Amino acid sequence: MAEAIPEQLTTADGRPLKAALQAAQARAKRRALLLVLPLLLFVLLTFLVPIAYMLKRSFEHDGFASAAPALVEWFRANPGFDPANPPEEAYAALVKDLARMQTEKTTGMAGTRINYSVPGTISLFKKGAREAATLTPPYKEALIAVDADWAKPALWRGMESASHVYTTEFYKVASDMKLTDDGWSRAPERDRIYLYLFGKTFLISAIITVLCLLLAFPVAHLLATLPMAKSSLLMILVLLPFWTSLLVRTTSWIVLLQEQGVVNSLLVGSGLIDTDGRLQMMYNMTGTIVAMTHVLLPFMILPLYSVMRVIPPSYARAARSLGATSWTTFRRIYLPQTLPGIAAGSLLVFILAVGYYITPALVGGADGQLISNLISFHMSKSNWSLAAAIAAMLLASILLLYWLYDRLIGIDRLKFG
Amino acid sequence: MKKTLILSTALISLGFAAHADVTVMSWGGAYGAAQTEAHVKPWSAKTGNAAVMVDSDNPAPAIKAMVEAGNVTVDVASVEYADAIRLCDEGILEPIDASKLPAGADGTPATDDFLPGAITECGVSTDIWSNVFAYDTTKFPEGPKTAADFFDLEKFPGKRGLRKGAKAVLEFALIADGVPVSEVYSVLSTPEGVDRAFAKLDTIKSQVVWWEAGAQPPQLLADGEVAMTTAYNGRIFNAVIEEGKPFQIVWDGQIYENEMYVVPKGAPNKDLAMDFIAYATSTEGLRAQAQNISYGPARKSAMKEELIFKDGKTVMAPHLPTAPENMTNALETSSEFWVDHDAELNERFQAWLSQ
Repeated sequence: MAEAIPEQLTTADGRPLKAALQAAQARAKRRALLLVLPLLLFVLLTFLVPIAYMLKRSFEHDGFASAAPALVEWFRANPGFDPANPPEEAYAALVKDLARMQTEKTTGMAGTRINYSVPGTISLFKKGAREAATLTPPYKEALIAVDADWAKPALWRGMESASHVYTTEFYKVASDMKLTDDGWSRAPERDRIYLYLFGKTFLISAIITVLCLLLAFPVAHLLATLPMAKSSLLMILVLLPFWTSLLVRTTSWIVLLQEQGVVNSLLVGSGLIDTDGRLQMMYNMTGTIVAMTHVLLPFMILPLYSVMRVIPPSYARAARSLGATSWTTFRRIYLPQTLPGIAAGSLLVFILAVGYYITPALVGGADGQLISNLISFHMSKSNWSLAAAIAAMLLASILLLYWLYDRLIGIDRLKFG
Repeated sequence: MKKTLILSTALISLGFAAHADVTVMSWGGAYGAAQTEAHVKPWSAKTGNAAVMVDSDNPAPAIKAMVEAGNVTVDVASVEYADAIRLCDEGILEPIDASKLPAGADGTPATDDFLPGAITECGVSTDIWSNVFAYDTTKFPEGPKTAADFFDLEKFPGKRGLRKGAKAVLEFALIADGVPVSEVYSVLSTPEGVDRAFAKLDTIKSQVVWWEAGAQPPQLLADGEVAMTTAYNGRIFNAVIEEGKPFQIVWDGQIYENEMYVVPKGAPNKDLAMDFIAYATSTEGLRAQAQNISYGPARKSAMKEELIFKDGKTVMAPHLPTAPENMTNALETSSEFWVDHDAELNERFQAWLSQ
């Protein structure tokens, strides 16, 4: 006769086994969470929060909205007003706000905000604010008498746009749009820069990636196939520059490639070129490409090497013994097996190159500048919202590329080593 | 982004602000060294308060970031004139009470003693510095004499160094194109004037090496990378006098402006900061600075007695931007123009550069 199965399994102290197990597991989970908590907090604080903050900043600017409450209210009540001819009430609200700016010392803040889209307004606001308290109705004529620019339709469009705390204005500017008397339109050709630089940044990054791949492939192959002693030495030669400061490596390229530099002097000394024909290899796009290819090379070599090291040589030998030529063996047997390494290295180098800043800033001169240099430029000019908008666009385009990459090649095929 | 700025400024300040009563932020290099010798050390010795100098590529954006983040670690900053006005308008700076500034050594009240425009609502001038151009005398024994020569590639072949930015470069191009200094800003206020300046720059664009930090131009000249370059006059002076370089400054078409001491809003030691500024911009403080670098003192009383460089023999007067013989064709930077047009023209400049 079978033993009666108890209704519930219990532990020695009589607690149900299931509950006891769950409690024990929950404790273990909590402990595990506690262990990764520092990392989570670190990632949150130093990565996610700043990025979220940046994205917010690219949409948000309250410099004008907070300084001009009366005008903001008027704009809300009259959404369809004619910027070419705003009525007296609008001017009355503006004069009230200008007087308020003068006492609260917010003129500069408000003027700076409008100045982003309508140049020349900071001094206009300062002048207006100084006079505001003395003006008498009708305010429209009075204010225009102070400065005729107060009647400019572009200015009123700019103020309306800036009266919203959340705005896409900075993205418009970052897409080469300009605010004119008739609203937003494409900037005149000579002022367009952002989209052009985006294109150039991606093009240069692609060139650098291809160069890195061409240079790294043979090196990685050599590393993977040489006997241990020799390959260790070669590995040190690869890693040594990798461990050297970025600035040192960039400036040594300046020493080598500048007009009076080592390479040019050697060429002149050997009589290949005369001294007036010294090559321009620095402070232009060539300088940027050479220096960045060198700086990023290890990021291509290392993933390639880690993939190549584990490719069994017997496959290639089998192909050869079955009659394949060395080219066919390489193309059909070896190369396909290195693809995960090529994919990982290319992605790594390309993404790093797109955001590179120091090297192009030092060696890029005029035409070797990338989009990141413009981001830094706007940071230094205190236009953080525009800098954030450009950075957000850069981030979005990289995510888009990453997604495309995932669809075409598959992220799970990546191998970083 | 702003967060990184805040974090990095916080990190920097952790290192420095530990036991300083007054932290001064300036431009580093020969200029920062001059202010350390002339202002920071003597004020410290005189009052017994600790003071330190920290360097920045440009203190203005740095203090703006601090004030906006609510974590101000700098008490006094040295900023360009237009920035002193703009930041003051934006409420980033503490107003400075001009009546508390000491009278000149000869007893002239401060407000009369300072040159016109040297005291603003939130800033006091420490010196007048200038954008000039300089060349290597071993390359051109019969050197360039005028701003127009800088753009003359036939008479003076070779690379040119120019500061990478619109300010002082556009004005310089217009002066070289024959615009009288008194009309430069009215011409530059029109779209045609801006086009004209860029057209002038186009004539040498292929030969230009662009520099950003003040220490670069003397280096570019010394390396032979450029035949002539624009520069801050004090940096060239130091290269010539202290390092014996064969450089010559051309004063024609010089563009000068005041450099200002300001106090960021919420400075940890505001009262001491004001005391520091009063000392540094006294006749004595300004003279001491002008003995360390060739920028003109902003007080008339500081110019009364002959200024001698710290080497004990070089008479400073002919090397200052304010010397009458250097002022024959000189332009004062218009802060009002640049407060308004800085963003617009720099964007155009960047677009022009990359084309």
